Amino acid sequence: MTRGGRLLVFALPAVGIAALLVWSFTGLPSFGHYRGPYGNVVNARAVPERHATNAVAAVNFDYRGIDTIGEEFILFAAVMGVSALLRLHRAEKEAPSPVDRARAHAAAETPDSVAVICMGLVAPLVLLSLYIVVHGHLTPGGGFQGGVILASAFLMVYLAGRYVAFRQISPKGLLDAGEGLGAGGFVVVGFVGMLAGAAFLENVLPFGQTGKVFSAGTLPIINLSVGLEVGTGLLLVMWEFLEQALMVRP
Amino acid sequence: MIGVLQGIAMFTVGLFGLAVVLNRDPLPQAMVFTFFGGSLVVLFIVLQAPDVSLSAIVVGTMAYPLMTVLTLAKCRGRSR
Repeated sequence: MTRGGRLLVFALPAVGIAALLVWSFTGLPSFGHYRGPYGNVVNARAVPERHATNAVAAVNFDYRGIDTIGEEFILFAAVMGVSALLRLHRAEKEAPSPVDRARAHAAAETPDSVAVICMGLVAPLVLLSLYIVVHGHLTPGGGFQGGVILASAFLMVYLAGRYVAFRQISPKGLLDAGEGLGAGGFVVVGFVGMLAGAAFLENVLPFGQTGKVFSAGTLPIINLSVGLEVGTGLLLVMWEFLEQALMVRP
Repeated sequence: MIGVLQGIAMFTVGLFGLAVVLNRDPLPQAMVFTFFGGSLVVLFIVLQAPDVSLSAIVVGTMAYPLMTVLTLAKCRGRSR
């Protein structure tokens, strides 16, 4: 096909799609004018019904909690997939003395300024992540956000050039256990609802006083469980990537 | 006022998105991507979605670029 012919084959549908896009954009509600009913309903009901001031958490872990279980297991499956793909193959082996090699490598290449900043960030990040998980039903945040921040706190240790210390503070077996416990915990909370004679994942615990840490029934427990799952899951992925990049020689 | 802020935030996201696409070398691309992730964080805050911006901070500016850089390190180590 000639260049002109190809251009024609591209241009005609492109003009058509552009016209359709412009047409559909003119039919959209104007920016910031939300027309659906659910947002307003949730905003009005979340505090009186669930005593959760973060309506997003009430939706994610209660009103449509079963969807979130599905999402959580997508992450779980992704982490398992990475672990399976990046496991040591028969032809590969770990570098002869990985610890010494990594230590020499790290000490030589990380500037002191970076190391100081990263190590200084570890403790505040752990604290922040715990705060965000525990207050997930009260203020913005929750299990997922707190979990990724927790994982980033551990990664700071690696970024500071302490790969050996990173491996020591995040043992693979414990990470695996945390990942499984976190993912399973969410489902267990669901069965607690059934044991109490209600539906799966129904919020059967006492709601407590609005605005307190111990309130909103099952929400804080689910947040803790999701935080554990997401934190250890992300850390497991990074663990595998780091091992592949730094330790394994083909 | 808030409209101007939203406009600036969206424009910045578009600008960095374009920069990511136009960068053909993966390593600088991963670096530019952190700016793209950062601009998304600002956009989410301006649009009053703090839940999303909290996760975008870690995923966009740290987890994803770190994975890219580690993959590149592994690939270059192999080809050497």
